[in-house]
Amino acid sequence: MSAAGASPFGPRAEAGPPGLAAKLLGFCDELRDEGVAVGTSEILDAFAALEQVPWTSQDDFREALAATVAKSQEDRRLFELLFERWFFRAAESEAIERGVGERGERQEGGQLDIDELREQVRQAIVEGRDGQMRDLARLAIAAFGRQGEGSGVVGVDVQRIRRTLGLSTRTQPSTEDGGAEPPPIDREQLNRFERHLRRELERDLIERTSTLPPSRPLADLDRALPTSPTQDLAAVHRAVSQMKRRLATLGHEQRGRRSGLTVDVRRTMRASLETGGVPLRLRHRPKRPRRPEIYVLCDVSTSVTSASVFFLSVLHALHDSFRKLRSFVFIERISEVTDVFEHERDFRAIADRISSEGGVADVSGYTDYGRVWLEFLTEISDDLDPRSTVIVLGDARTNGREPHTEVFAEIASRAGRLFWLNPEPKLYWNYGDSVMAAYERHCDGAFECWTTRHLESFVNVVAGGVPRD
Amino acid sequence: MDAAPAPESVAEMKEALARAQYLADESAALVSFLAQRLGKPILVEGPAGVGKTELAKAFSRATGRELVRLQCYEGLDEAKALYEWNYRKQLLRIQAGGESGWEEVHGDIFSEEFLLERPLMKAIASSEPVVLLIDEIDKTDQEFEAMLLELLSDFQITIPELGQVSASSMPIVVLTSNNSRELTEALKRRCLYLWLDYPELEREMEIVRLHAPDLTEALTQRLVEVVRMVRALDVKKPPSIAESIDWARTLLLMGAEDIDRETFAQSMSIIVKHRTDIDLVAERVGLKLPGASAQAPG
Repeated sequence: MSAAGASPFGPRAEAGPPGLAAKLLGFCDELRDEGVAVGTSEILDAFAALEQVPWTSQDDFREALAATVAKSQEDRRLFELLFERWFFRAAESEAIERGVGERGERQEGGQLDIDELREQVRQAIVEGRDGQMRDLARLAIAAFGRQGEGSGVVGVDVQRIRRTLGLSTRTQPSTEDGGAEPPPIDREQLNRFERHLRRELERDLIERTSTLPPSRPLADLDRALPTSPTQDLAAVHRAVSQMKRRLATLGHEQRGRRSGLTVDVRRTMRASLETGGVPLRLRHRPKRPRRPEIYVLCDVSTSVTSASVFFLSVLHALHDSFRKLRSFVFIERISEVTDVFEHERDFRAIADRISSEGGVADVSGYTDYGRVWLEFLTEISDDLDPRSTVIVLGDARTNGREPHTEVFAEIASRAGRLFWLNPEPKLYWNYGDSVMAAYERHCDGAFECWTTRHLESFVNVVAGGVPRD
Repeated sequence: MDAAPAPESVAEMKEALARAQYLADESAALVSFLAQRLGKPILVEGPAGVGKTELAKAFSRATGRELVRLQCYEGLDEAKALYEWNYRKQLLRIQAGGESGWEEVHGDIFSEEFLLERPLMKAIASSEPVVLLIDEIDKTDQEFEAMLLELLSDFQITIPELGQVSASSMPIVVLTSNNSRELTEALKRRCLYLWLDYPELEREMEIVRLHAPDLTEALTQRLVEVVRMVRALDVKKPPSIAESIDWARTLLLMGAEDIDRETFAQSMSIIVKHRTDIDLVAERVGLKLPGASAQAPG
């Protein structure tokens, strides 16, 4: 191995002596950057685990690493994305450094019968054999991927080759032969082939240019929340679990002593041993820390469509963490959906059920905040007390209807704390039909919230939370 | 039980599990192997009915270790999971030995003789190595999870009156979770993580074949395909692997030759167990099956 300093490929090469350990640490670093909680103990475990498996088997290597480092499904998803990239890069950069290449050895692929190749590819995809798929991907690239060096953009080339091969998930009579219709290919399997294609094209590109493309964090799109609910629930969950701790400890100080204690018969009897079986000293059940009561009201109207998925995932995460949580969705009317969340775990199912049986829209489908407050207050006014926290998720756009600020103020005064999370950037508040200012006065805090980062900052503010007087 | 020699590689582990009637996929075999080698607990997550608990059982059969099981539920506390002082016996001891001095009695009644072992304690104190299954850990509250930490990382339990009880033999711990809530980081940190999902078509066929060997090949494939079809629907409770096996056995008993609409309608309740699901499945899957006769069954 050549001196690390001479390497033009990224700063991480200097981090330590070249070798597997350094690579692994770098990989873990990158995982951390993407938000996977990889602690030192995980890394130690990973090394211990890798000693037990033959490192030549890629599957074992990957699984062993995953079992010790990625500890939830979301983590695992990120792990897969990064693993591919990182170890692929590692191998390629090594190859460049040592001047290993295979360009010269490649034979002319031009004479290859395209139809035959097409058939072979189809066969390999259906059988799902990775090795064969890789080889065929190379053949395909050699055959008609690089006439004129390709477009230089990997994604475009992948699609072009796929089209040329006539691979599609739907059954459609291919252009030349209308007779024998090939069976459709499973989407998942086709994706696998595309991955191979992409990889080989990348390898090719790297070899040609002798540089690695700059390593960049996973595109925000990959992990953004508002668009794809199931992808990064983990981030929301993390923020919410933080919030949970904060909410749970707040307001704990003044909890009463001695009042409402119940006698723990079991422990009293045990304690009575010291006195020969005569229960002289009463033992009480330990007081469990009181869980805060939380009411969440979530706007699901069309004006917040993009955000409501995010909000629902926040709700979803909240439900995981709090037992005493009641959630409501509203548009024109309000409807309690606590049950839905308690009985469904799968996020998509929840979203479906809420849209199908929420029963919150009347005719217009426009939010009516005033009416929502009225209904909310009549429905649960008795339950609201200074211990409860109300969180509103909405854009405060009343569509020109009466905002009923006084009712909102009433809710705010009954509840211990009231927070407002607005999916719009602060810039847009109070423009148009937004009456945020009117409501904001009664809130303990109003926050813009359309990414997990905002959610985290909300949590932080709550943490320093000044309880309302 | 005579302890089988410990598997030396992932492949051997897989074989050993297969001998114990459990067809593990690559990752399950690998993680089991690592757990046994590194002495770390396994945390198994996945949808209900993919064989999480079964993995632990097979593990115990494969390694010839005894299985100690702790079923978790809401409200489970230390007294039921760890240990408890046998208070009646202690009382008897005090009353029986009236004339002996306090010191003696005191030292006596807080000895192991008066300790009631609960599953966790039993797993630790056992002289033979065991497999400890902590089932559905997500059903307990976080306080209980915290209590487990000492056990999971150091395999020891601290009893105030006795001091620390350390494991005399390393138990293999398997925790299962249906993922109904997020477990704490601290717990996850101590475990190897394994996500079990519904098996691939081939593997599920193998599993069914293993448990219902008399079923014809074609019918097995048919059955697994139908089950997968049902799973792909949006049903309340997707059919588990165990239910596939049950269904296979039922079909054997019925002497069915093929899964046609009639057989399906008759035996569907084995894999679908919700009123609304039954309607949905009958409509979506039932109609795709070939009719037994010219007329579809009403």
